[in-house]
Amino acid sequence: MLFSVIGNYSLFLGLFFGFVLFYFSVKNFRNSKVLDTKILSFTFLQFFLVVISFLCLVLSFVVSDFSNETVFNNSHTTKPIFYKIAGTWGNHEGSLLLWLLVLTLFILIFLVKTKNQPIKYRILTLVFQQIIIIGFFIFLIKTSNPFNYIYPIPTEGLGLNPILQDPALAIHPPILYLGYVGSSIIFSSVLAATTLNIVSKRWASHIKKWILSSWIFLTLGILLGSIWAYYELGWGGFWFWDPVENVSLMPWLALTTLLHCILVLEKKLILTSWVIILSISTFALSMSGTFLVRSGILNSVHTFANDPERGLFILIFLFSLIFLSLFIFFFFHKTNKNNLSSFFWLSKETAIIVNNWFMMYFLSVVLIGTIYPIFLDVISSQKISVGPPFYHKLIIPFLIPFLLIMAIGPKLKWIKSNLDDKIYLISLLIISILLSILIVKNFSSNFLINTILISSALYLFFITLRDFFNKGFKNLAQNMAHFGFSLLILSILFNSLFSSEIITNLKVGETFENTKTKIVFESISQKEEKNYNSIVAKFTVQDSKGKLENLSPELRIYNQPNIATSEADIKTTLLSDKFIVINIVQNQEFFNVRYQVKPFMLWIWISVILISVGGLVSFVKKEYEK
Amino acid sequence: MKNKLIPFSIALIFIIIFIIFYKGLQDTNIYTPKIKINYEIPSASVELFDSNEIVNTLEIFKLDKFYLLNIWSSWCVPCREEHPILMDLIKDDNLKVIGINYKDTKKNAKKFLKELGNPYDKIIFDNEGINAIEWGAYGVPESFLINKNKIIKKYIGPLNKSSMEEIKLFIK
Repeated sequence: MLFSVIGNYSLFLGLFFGFVLFYFSVKNFRNSKVLDTKILSFTFLQFFLVVISFLCLVLSFVVSDFSNETVFNNSHTTKPIFYKIAGTWGNHEGSLLLWLLVLTLFILIFLVKTKNQPIKYRILTLVFQQIIIIGFFIFLIKTSNPFNYIYPIPTEGLGLNPILQDPALAIHPPILYLGYVGSSIIFSSVLAATTLNIVSKRWASHIKKWILSSWIFLTLGILLGSIWAYYELGWGGFWFWDPVENVSLMPWLALTTLLHCILVLEKKLILTSWVIILSISTFALSMSGTFLVRSGILNSVHTFANDPERGLFILIFLFSLIFLSLFIFFFFHKTNKNNLSSFFWLSKETAIIVNNWFMMYFLSVVLIGTIYPIFLDVISSQKISVGPPFYHKLIIPFLIPFLLIMAIGPKLKWIKSNLDDKIYLISLLIISILLSILIVKNFSSNFLINTILISSALYLFFITLRDFFNKGFKNLAQNMAHFGFSLLILSILFNSLFSSEIITNLKVGETFENTKTKIVFESISQKEEKNYNSIVAKFTVQDSKGKLENLSPELRIYNQPNIATSEADIKTTLLSDKFIVINIVQNQEFFNVRYQVKPFMLWIWISVILISVGGLVSFVKKEYEK
Repeated sequence: MKNKLIPFSIALIFIIIFIIFYKGLQDTNIYTPKIKINYEIPSASVELFDSNEIVNTLEIFKLDKFYLLNIWSSWCVPCREEHPILMDLIKDDNLKVIGINYKDTKKNAKKFLKELGNPYDKIIFDNEGINAIEWGAYGVPESFLINKNKIIKKYIGPLNKSSMEEIKLFIK
């Protein structure tokens, strides 16, 4: 009760300081010799107020204060304390407050960290960032205030959706938001730099850190979401091309491309238009992700509430920002024509540009697959389903040249180059092809495409692996990320090629047996926990080598809300995962049993972590590489 | 002139996108198909499960009989529940049951039918879940009662005793 009042007023005050900051920034911009100290203190104050507000919401969740509507809708007294806290951002209102928290935190860090940058640039970035912050404040207060009061006070809350009660999902939103919101700083900064016409090498090396940090968080955030889907949804998959997954992938693709462009800009002061447009689109894509998910225009587990008013607000806000940035781009940005002519076809920058175009292609495929159904429905009232086959057909063939360029590109020098050690490159290619023929030989279907795909991924794998030994710490970050990417593609390919699945119905005590596997349904037992009851089944699985494994999947019935979920039991080893999940067949003593062997599952996660560690290495390394 | 054209056309594109999203918002439950009762059945080319032939849907429902179109899948748990009802319904000569095998693999589907019996006169193989959408289906299982190329009744979710009685009344 008290917390809600404090939290609510902090929000209003925070909004007030947004306007104050806007006013002082504009004033300071006119006669800017030094940065007004007031600006820094007000920025801190604004951040502090949002922290207070956020803590109030967390506390309301911890003490289960059901006079707060958000807590009532998303919490329950029997929930473990960990999920009470995680429940704070497991809903629309709380997650927006988290957005705001990160927005204000980042602009504070930005102001503190950029002391040696031009004053005008710092102020202007603050102005653009405040526009975003004020927009989010108004959005939060007007359409989704987390501190709405209900009377009479309910004695019990409605509970958090059980599928959201998972450790990976508890930290997935904050990490993902650090990535999303980090792109807002890039957006504001690029608008400021364009307006002042200071897009330079110096600016590039300063904004690179921000791009890297959001990129790392975004990568990890997507990874966590994917891990959650694998462990919790009980389908045995890790990526479903669900619109919500796509909206996190799109900013990632844009950001990855931006990361490569900024490296070129830092070295050679070309590709400025690319950098500006990509910075704008990364943020616009993050925002439209919020729009698509929160407006109810797409249906998914993330759609907390279907409220057209919210959707309308984000839509108008998003497009105002897009038009503002378009205006700035066309009005202030001057292309430097003489730089463009100096491209030589065989050089690092050409390779990066070619890869950029591939990335843009992947981005468009995902974008079209996500929003085309909406367009079609509005224009012609037709419904279509865009699923994995669409993405696979359009993306997989283009991965082949993409991987090859990723392998050879970093070998090239800036400006103009000849390929050194050609023999090495060719012999590695031949080894990769032979090896993949050996691997794919036993699988008749799609022999050709699989062989070519695996060879190109193996090629990148070998080349980056060799560089670890050859070059040591030189280009470690890039090498690591590319190595991780080749490992990711290989793991995904092997995973989809060599997975096997058994679906059957078993009673307790029955045995399923085929040539390779023997599944014994040993017993079931009941278990009572604080917020759910569960049936635990015990299975013994014997594989062809006679190795025994005990697996115990669960069926949980949560008390509030009353939802049954299947908890898969997964035994992870270095080379493969054994995955078993059961479902009730109603009014019968059968259980529907699904058993899967999924090779290289662990390596999918490891490779994505490697990719982000690559980013981290680049983030922490200072000047020594230059 | 050329310099102005590019910004304007880009702005125009964004305005169009805005309008479409705006209109999309008005109709929020965008993926909920309309309940199509007394509609003509959709005419589309479909792949048959057993023979891999491509035929037109109108061809499948051409006889002067009652048809029950049942959308099912081997991975769908409620489909197992309703299966005995389908087996029961085909005892009536006046009704033919047609299946749409939704987002499934042939191997698993065949195992399912071997285990529980095959009530289907014909099965449409809908690996990518596209045909089901043309019928206006929400998900699996779902059944449509069809007579003279018209959908006369739609059952969302598994069939039960009462819907079975109702179907029997219809086809008498």
